[in-house]
Amino acid sequence: MSVVTPFAPACPFPIQDYPQVLMAHGGGGKLMHDLIGKMIVPAFANDLLDAQHDATVFAIGAQRLAFTTDSFVVRPLVFPGGDVGSLAVHGTVNDLAMAGARPLYLSAAFIIEEGLPMETLWKVTSSMQAAARAAGVQIITGDTKVVDKGKGDRLFINTAGIGIVEHSLNLGPASVQPGDVILVSGDLGRHGMAVMAVREGLEFESQIESDSAPLAGAVAALISAGLELHCLRDITRGGLTSVLNEIAEAGGHTLAIEELRVPVREDVRAACEILGFDPLQVACEGRFAAFLPVQDAEMALQILRERPECPGAVVIGRVTDQPGSQVLLRSAIGVQRILDMPSGEQLPRIC
Amino acid sequence: MCLAIPGKIASLTGDDPITRTGKIDFGGVLKEASLAYVPEANVGDYVIVHAGFALSRVDEEEANKIFGYLREMQELSELDDPGETAPAGPSGPPGL
Amino acid sequence: MKFIDEYRNAGQARQLAGELARITTKPWTLMEVCGGQTHAIIKFGIDTLLPDKITLIHGPGCPVCVTSLELIEKALEIASRKDVIFCSFGDMLRVPGNRRDLLAVKAAGGDVRMLYSPLDALKIAEQNPAREVVFFAVGFETTAPATAMTVYQADRRGLKNFSLLVSHVLVPPAMEAILSAPETRVQAFLAAGHVCAIMGYEEYIPLSARYRVPIVVTGFEPLDILHGILMCVRQLEDGRAEVENQYQRSVRREGNLPAQQILKEVFQVVPRKWRGVGEILRSGLGLSVAYQAYDAEQKFGLAGLRVEESPECQSGQVLQGKLRPNECPAFGKRCTPEHPLGATMVSSEGACAAYFRYRREPQPQPSAVAST
Repeated sequence: MSVVTPFAPACPFPIQDYPQVLMAHGGGGKLMHDLIGKMIVPAFANDLLDAQHDATVFAIGAQRLAFTTDSFVVRPLVFPGGDVGSLAVHGTVNDLAMAGARPLYLSAAFIIEEGLPMETLWKVTSSMQAAARAAGVQIITGDTKVVDKGKGDRLFINTAGIGIVEHSLNLGPASVQPGDVILVSGDLGRHGMAVMAVREGLEFESQIESDSAPLAGAVAALISAGLELHCLRDITRGGLTSVLNEIAEAGGHTLAIEELRVPVREDVRAACEILGFDPLQVACEGRFAAFLPVQDAEMALQILRERPECPGAVVIGRVTDQPGSQVLLRSAIGVQRILDMPSGEQLPRIC
Repeated sequence: MCLAIPGKIASLTGDDPITRTGKIDFGGVLKEASLAYVPEANVGDYVIVHAGFALSRVDEEEANKIFGYLREMQELSELDDPGETAPAGPSGPPGL
Repeated sequence: MKFIDEYRNAGQARQLAGELARITTKPWTLMEVCGGQTHAIIKFGIDTLLPDKITLIHGPGCPVCVTSLELIEKALEIASRKDVIFCSFGDMLRVPGNRRDLLAVKAAGGDVRMLYSPLDALKIAEQNPAREVVFFAVGFETTAPATAMTVYQADRRGLKNFSLLVSHVLVPPAMEAILSAPETRVQAFLAAGHVCAIMGYEEYIPLSARYRVPIVVTGFEPLDILHGILMCVRQLEDGRAEVENQYQRSVRREGNLPAQQILKEVFQVVPRKWRGVGEILRSGLGLSVAYQAYDAEQKFGLAGLRVEESPECQSGQVLQGKLRPNECPAFGKRCTPEHPLGATMVSSEGACAAYFRYRREPQPQPSAVAST
């Protein structure tokens, strides 16, 4: 039973169930959504936050801006195709891109564990600079803290980003409509499996590299072609399944996708099979889903497929007019089932 | 239980059957596995791998039998009803 | 992927389902023993392809699910110790004990490591001579050879800081327990393909004869499962009760002899408590006399610890096929994948979790859905 005092609101999150924060609360699945939705967002309550997009769009005078922040805690720090630094830059650039904003400036705050090799810090920092340059942004402010050995898991990076919104689209789940198609910008799961490939206890050899990449250019190309984009969402932790469930719930629509249309590279799929992972739940770091009217789909795919960071962009399903806010998946053998929000990070299984 | 995945032996290491290991190729992903339980397996063979151990060789001839059987079934059904397409699955609500 | 994708063909799945519908004239209840088969059935929606007359009950084929509360509590106790590196398969990490799971122990500072293979625990033991390395040996006969070889090698290398917390369980005694229960509804079994790859399937012959049930050794892909069901139903319709092998590409009648040899050397058959079911005699594997030095329960003085199961969780009834997950009063309310009461909800193989995650509502009407 929670005790309510006049000046301290009772915690609406069921802390009796979870007296301590667990890893799963950061896993991108239901537990994390509950933590954010039931404790954090209500505590900060304001209209701008309630929209709960990747980046929040607000206006200063006549100019619309987008603002976002993200923290990067990946382990190991360096993985095939990137490191925590490039990940941080791409992640924040992409959050801004999903609002259709042109990313301009980033901040970078480091929390460094005592004992981290200086060479690692240099590698990460250089990587951030290279990623920033390639994405057309500048890192203009930051902070550095060092914590005791054993408390920092070596290196955490927080980045915040500001961009300008130069279009008049209202990108978000509320704009999604029945009949819209759902497309993904490229094959899924490379990042998650690239990290697994070098994770202690699970290592395997492969050509899989993280798909970590900036997406602002791809989005800008779609916008400047005059396409009527309804919603964009980058696919990160929790994979495609998480994104689709979030949008279905936030927009109040039932979505239907075809498993055989969802692009997954053979080696990524093989890595998933070995560990018992569902590729639809594996993290990406350079892929997005787009919801747009069917008549704009062809052009969108043409534009994206010309870009190296959007290999094999394809339509995977559509927004139905059925009541409810579920995600339906037609499996490889042709049977339809519900694709539920994942409930925490996937763990390799023997079963 | 028993998530075991078929892969092709790409290379072998060691002579002692108990400690012999192989690099197994699963669709482009390579992972090492103990071959202690498949002493007869060689490079090029397919094995199913569970928890880092190859448990059994996959017999390709046996593997294809079901497809022969399905082909026969298809031919038989076409004989019964020439012009009919593949038999439709059962319709209706799920059995569970 | 070769030997996987060919067995996921939609047209051929429907073909098998069509043949099944053609030959089924009476209602039949089948059980698939293996959690991996349950996972595939629900993930691909295989059960919706079956004729209404066929009922599939999901059996206790999840070694993660059936690991007794007592052993989980022992694992948690050992993993909490300062000098221990506790190694486990990933899916055991979230199985709840009375109040917490191994992930919670990790959160509190325990050195808990997730491994793909028990052999990696040996490497860890060699790299950390001053610490005790314990591997949580969970699994059916499929996994026992892996842990057996690990201990065998530990012994050959004279490792003193390595031990196993053994929780291995055997499938045939569980099948017998289900068949011998008076209210049993099971008329045929899909036997676990990979278990039989190790053990062969000769031991199922007396079981099939004594209880007059068809037993078909079955693989894990959609075509395998549909084919296995077809073979069972054919027998049932014909009034036969035999052991057949659907999974011929990976299973031989005699099984894997080198693996059986190492199992005999390293393990012995012991009584085993199954979570939610109780003790089944001669249903587990424990370390043999020669390998007792590698038994973690003894090393850490926990052999005498007794823990009783919680009364609210009905996973036992679900595991025996007596209760469907959504018939349990706690299902979806006090018991969900985020907040599981028992292992059948935790493990993605568990019948309750599979049912929750992939549950089918009444089929939606096809409307604006892309046909492609």
